Amino acid sequence: MAHSNEMGAPLDFKGLWQYDAAPEDKSQVKIAPRYNHFINGKFVEPDSGEYFDTISPSTEEKLSEIALANENDVDKAVKAARKAQKDWAKLPGKERGKYLFRIARLMQERARAFSVIESMDGGKPIRESRDVDVPLAAAHFFYYAGWADKLEYAYPGKKASPKGVAGQIIPWNFPLLMAAWKLAPALATGNTVVLKPAETTPLTSMFLAELIRDAGIPDGVVNIVNGMGATGAALVNHPDINKIAFTGSTPVGKFIQKALAGRDVSYTLELGGKAANIIFEDAPIDQAVEGIINGIFFNQGHVCCAGSRLFVQESVANEVMRKLKYRIDTLVVGDPLDKNTDIGAINSKKQLDKINELIQAGIDEGGQVYKANVSTPDKGFWCAPTLFTEVSQAHRIVNEEIFGPVLTIQTFRTPDEAIKKANNTAFGLSGGVWTDKGAKIFNVTSQLRAGVIWANTYNKFDPTSPFGGYKESGMGREGGLHGLTPYVNLD
Amino acid sequence: MDFRNTPRIDQVAVEEKVARFGTRSIKKESKMQALKLALSMIDHTTLEGMDSEGRVEQLCHKAMQPIVGQPDIPTVAAICVYPLFVKKAKSVLKDSGIKVASVATAFPSGHALLQYKLDETKFCVDQGADEIDMVISRGRFHQGDYNYVFDEIAAVKEACGSAHLKVILETGELGTLDQVRRASDIAIAAGGDFIKTSTGKVNPAATLPVTLVMLEAIRDHYDKTGIMVGMKPAGGIRDTKTALKYLVMVKETLGSAWLNPDWFRFGASSLTNDLLMQIMKQKTGVYQSLDYFSQD
Repeated sequence: MAHSNEMGAPLDFKGLWQYDAAPEDKSQVKIAPRYNHFINGKFVEPDSGEYFDTISPSTEEKLSEIALANENDVDKAVKAARKAQKDWAKLPGKERGKYLFRIARLMQERARAFSVIESMDGGKPIRESRDVDVPLAAAHFFYYAGWADKLEYAYPGKKASPKGVAGQIIPWNFPLLMAAWKLAPALATGNTVVLKPAETTPLTSMFLAELIRDAGIPDGVVNIVNGMGATGAALVNHPDINKIAFTGSTPVGKFIQKALAGRDVSYTLELGGKAANIIFEDAPIDQAVEGIINGIFFNQGHVCCAGSRLFVQESVANEVMRKLKYRIDTLVVGDPLDKNTDIGAINSKKQLDKINELIQAGIDEGGQVYKANVSTPDKGFWCAPTLFTEVSQAHRIVNEEIFGPVLTIQTFRTPDEAIKKANNTAFGLSGGVWTDKGAKIFNVTSQLRAGVIWANTYNKFDPTSPFGGYKESGMGREGGLHGLTPYVNLD
Repeated sequence: MDFRNTPRIDQVAVEEKVARFGTRSIKKESKMQALKLALSMIDHTTLEGMDSEGRVEQLCHKAMQPIVGQPDIPTVAAICVYPLFVKKAKSVLKDSGIKVASVATAFPSGHALLQYKLDETKFCVDQGADEIDMVISRGRFHQGDYNYVFDEIAAVKEACGSAHLKVILETGELGTLDQVRRASDIAIAAGGDFIKTSTGKVNPAATLPVTLVMLEAIRDHYDKTGIMVGMKPAGGIRDTKTALKYLVMVKETLGSAWLNPDWFRFGASSLTNDLLMQIMKQKTGVYQSLDYFSQD
């Protein structure tokens, strides 16, 4: 198709018929004006006396204010967790499982509220929070509830005992889902937890705290404190924790690794990525284009496993480019609560600035930029879907994780070239391969150095499947049987 | 042209994409606009053994005045009948602007000599048919005799003269989406003005995944040649909700140029009244009794 004669004028997706706004009803959701720490089963005021605002990135309106945890608050939370741990671990696995099942079911019951809050606080489209984040979060609790009384089968011939108190620090891109990824395996195995949500997206964690209270989970088993980096550091540096689980950026991951060096604290880190998504000429092109879109524009590109480096075989590059442009012009960017929205708001001003800085760097270094022909609201933080061609592995935007809706596109001629370029990165979290040939899938995927590789699909998640990275994308696995291991000592 | 190597289709991904179109929420004015648009795209159809001139006459009146006393509601695009009723339909519809489409080429099986098929096509055109809905030879297609299928379509196209040709692939008999894509490419290359999913006599008839694959074939042809080809899903589209999903799919796959009866049609019968019912609901805020809608 490389030499196909392209005659048709570009298609027009704008005229004639536009969708009217179809916002999800938020009147049923009550957000309190202020949230305190959740420690030892109760909501308690912060030792610091300080609160910080959480805003909606799509309207810049203040949604609520959240207690800021200092070292004393963190200490209180860790002590509560320590106190609760023995009894929690002593419970028969079946009983712990029941609690987890209860959390899962309550989460399903409150799914709509969780979705609406997640979209308001984080900016992600309701289509995703409703269809992905919340159902998957509940699924994680269901899945690990099943493991709670089957640990002896998970580790035949060994005795699995809990690590103790786990400090868990989660990111702002999938706030509720990441809380579920962290809490479910920890609780199933008899650990107690101090969870620190990200400072831009604390609200669903506070709703989760209410849910945990309503589910009757014993006091102190789950404690939630909010704050910025200093709060996270206080948790990491606390002398009485046994395990740290962190999902977030690679620089913070390095800091945690340094802080924990020489201490008897085990840790799992799930960090950044710069995944290669490889399109061969024998791929189903129209479906691959949709996969590219899902790979990079899912959740505004705020996805550690986003397929941010696209590699297209040269013979189909023109066709793929044309179709990508068509597709991004049909994406609806705007109000996260609108059911038709495909791409919501960038999570924070800080993140938008970082994305814009990297886009500018791409332009300055000679990349050809294409921005989707879409309108964005005036208020709030927005970034139209962006494509870059004429870039190479030497470009900054190809090397650094952008964590936004920005795709870099390169071409290749042979599978070996694609594999070499795909592996030419400091990261190794995920990757994608698109081809109709089964043999090629096995050949290429077995040579890619990444923890998760999708073939003819992208960004598919399931609680039963382990997830985690190679190289600077982190260590340890979450999900599946593998996700239990970081939370147990094996004798 | 070599039709052995047509673009590959991944069925799982097509179904996911279709599900995503299905989540579009069409409200308020955009809904009213879509309802009227869908109505104006209908090929109001009767293809039964017991059809009669009287039945066809009723159908034509329904086409011209879908609902009494609502002049702002559009008429349907065409009526679709068997060849023997074309003359009657033309005489009733006259200069209403509503087209007469006739099935031809030994509809629905297509099992007949090519010469018969061409004669039947010419007969329909002589009777005044504006559009011919032909069926492809599925047997020859499955035998891999793609050139035969191509030649047959080209011959029927020639017999059509100035009448528009819609090529029915009968996707319910093709088995896979890869085959749907291949048949679409053959029909387009051989000169079909429209490609159409089904006769309505085979289950499954039109589906959203099949239609998406055909729309993508149309798009690829347009990108390569600049030539537009029309699309007609037919059979099994009975309710408004489904029809709106089709419109969303057309809008987001081919764009606004295809969102009119010249380039997109629904082959349907019961859909007409369901759309009318929804239009009246939008207008009045309440559902009307079915007795208010003529059954023709």
